[in-house]
Amino acid sequence: MSNILVYAETRGAELRKVALEAVTAARKLADAAGGGEVHALLCGPAGIAARAEQLGTYGADVAIVVENAGFERFAREAVAATLAERAKSGGFRAVVLGFSAQGRDLGPRVAAKLDAPIASDVTSIEAAGDALVVKHPGFANKVVVTLQVTGSPVVISTRPAAFTPAENPKSIRTETAQAAADPSAEKVTVKELQEGGKGKLDLGEAPVIVSGGRGLKSAENFKLVEDLAAAFGNAAVGATRAVTDDGWRPHSEQIGQTGRQVSPQLYIAVGISGAIQHLAGMRTSKTIVAINKDKEAPIFKVADYGIVGDVLEVVPALTEAVRQAKAGH
Amino acid sequence: MKIAVCIKRTPDSESRFKIAASSAAIDEAGLKFDIDDFASYAVEVALQLNEKQGPGETVVYAVGPDVVQETLRKAMSMGADRAVQLKTDAVPYDGLAVAKALAAELESGGYDLVLFGKHAFDTSAGIVGTATAELLGVPCVTAASKLDIAGGKGTARRELEGAAEIVEFPLPAVVTIDEGIARPRYPSLKGIMAAKKKPLETKPAQLGPVRVTVKSMELPAERAPGRIIGEGAAAVPELVRLLQTEAKVL
Ligand SMILES: Cc1cc2nc3c(=O)[nH]c(=O)nc-3n(C[C@H](O)[C@H](O)[C@H](O)COP(=O)(O)OP(=O)(O)OC[C@H]3O[C@@H](n4cnc5c(N)ncnc54)[C@H](O)[C@@H]3O)c2cc1C
Ligand SMILES: Nc1ncnc2c1ncn2[C@@H]1O[C@H](COP(=O)(O)O)[C@@H](O)[C@H]1O
Repeated sequence: MSNILVYAETRGAELRKVALEAVTAARKLADAAGGGEVHALLCGPAGIAARAEQLGTYGADVAIVVENAGFERFAREAVAATLAERAKSGGFRAVVLGFSAQGRDLGPRVAAKLDAPIASDVTSIEAAGDALVVKHPGFANKVVVTLQVTGSPVVISTRPAAFTPAENPKSIRTETAQAAADPSAEKVTVKELQEGGKGKLDLGEAPVIVSGGRGLKSAENFKLVEDLAAAFGNAAVGATRAVTDDGWRPHSEQIGQTGRQVSPQLYIAVGISGAIQHLAGMRTSKTIVAINKDKEAPIFKVADYGIVGDVLEVVPALTEAVRQAKAGH
Repeated sequence: MKIAVCIKRTPDSESRFKIAASSAAIDEAGLKFDIDDFASYAVEVALQLNEKQGPGETVVYAVGPDVVQETLRKAMSMGADRAVQLKTDAVPYDGLAVAKALAAELESGGYDLVLFGKHAFDTSAGIVGTATAELLGVPCVTAASKLDIAGGKGTARRELEGAAEIVEFPLPAVVTIDEGIARPRYPSLKGIMAAKKKPLETKPAQLGPVRVTVKSMELPAERAPGRIIGEGAAAVPELVRLLQTEAKVL
């Protein structure tokens, strides 16, 4: 088994969790296939080299560090060029990256540059002789598709949260390199980066999601959803398409087939009917709670715990109870 | 503007799927097919841009067997001017192979803008648009949730995890369309009649080698059936108890 190249995703000077997931997936694949090194490409502004050690903790043998002020913001063309150049020069078996906003963008670019086959959004990777066999939830999570990918290298993106970062410490060797294309010469340039609120958890990373639907009756009543999320302290707020289409919440919070696909420990559906397109985005959550006044609502078919009732009455009571439980009463 | 939109024929997302006897495909019997969701948004975006900006042309492309002609006619009934089928016996799961067929055809098309869906419902892969852009060597914005074109330049918004970026790019360019921009219009009766007379050209697809193939398909494990634990605020203490002791998430 030859080596595997990982794109260690960063935003600003921070390493993103998907980077550790990709390193974990690559380490697992390399070990299962009889050994081989994991090389991680780390692009970022000056000082990003300090993140290399963390990649070593999760099983990377080599960090290729590219520091460039132009990597403060996502420079898709320069990163794709650098990743492809590395993949070409190193004789890698696979290029692994996360299926995040960045990874979705980079993966097909790199595959086309390398003329390498690509499989997206995979939940498992195995070597089978000369081929790699991956699992991928297709048809909006309604069918598990097992794909055989032949050729070398192959590009693989991993579904966020499908691979739990696992420590596997290596004394990482660090190598510095230049970007293969100048990030200040991008054709697609980032004019503005709008950060979500400080300390706000992303839907893909939050252990708890409190999600609201049209049953809340108005944008103002989403305050109840926000309060419940705040009571948990580790929760993000989601919404249905009915709600985002009405402009009560931004589309970035939409969960479902055409929105985000999430798998938190706990998903609380507030005033949500449970349409098949909504379920497509959250049915793999570990525990599902539903609050809906209609006991026939389809959401109750997938809810581990359902409460039939008016959200305006039940949610504030639940918020209070969660606050008390968190406070240890 | 001259805009191309690449559309895929996919089964209706409301369907309950069954796996075919081969166990490497879904059973298509009884399924309804239509333009895949995000690609239908892309068609709508193209039509709106050309309506707003004056005379232009919207051309739709589909790679696939003859059944995709129906999908192309649907896009023309929404308002697209003409259509091109890139004919293959079957559509491979290999996104790069499909991208090669599209790039080979679009290269000489003289388009200002080529639009795709963020990902297709069936493959849920998000490969074809971005790979086509790369093969064409033109700027590409993936998963745009807003798009403006003015003075030969585009501006788009992309949702990131917990953030968003506003990007600018020159034309010609490829953009893949996300949720948040547009809902597809319903074809009018007039549109449906007009579509029957619009040109639909068929050419052989120059697919690249197929290196990603389906080994098997399965339905995911069903969730345990749900249960209702009570009614109204009175059920809250029991819910909290279950979250603490049974689900252990609180
Ligand atoms: C191609 C396509 C893609 C789609 N993608 C998505 C997607 O990604 N995500 C998504 O969510 N949807 C998606 N949809 C839309 C989906 O089909 C549903 O329309 C949507 O999920 C419904 O949202 P909802 O549950 O908020 O609203 P509704 O279906 O209107 O349900 C509201 C619920 O609230 C309950 N209720 C009302 N008042 C109260 C009260 N006072 N207390 C308690 N309960 C109350 C009602 O009983 C009802 O069950 C898609 C549809 C299509 C066609
Ligand atoms: N066979 C096809 N013919 C035309 N366009 C396609 C085809 N397959 C995919 N596309 C386009 O590429 C997008 C992304 O598809 P995918 O990469 O398979 O997720 C779709 O939304 C379509 O816009």
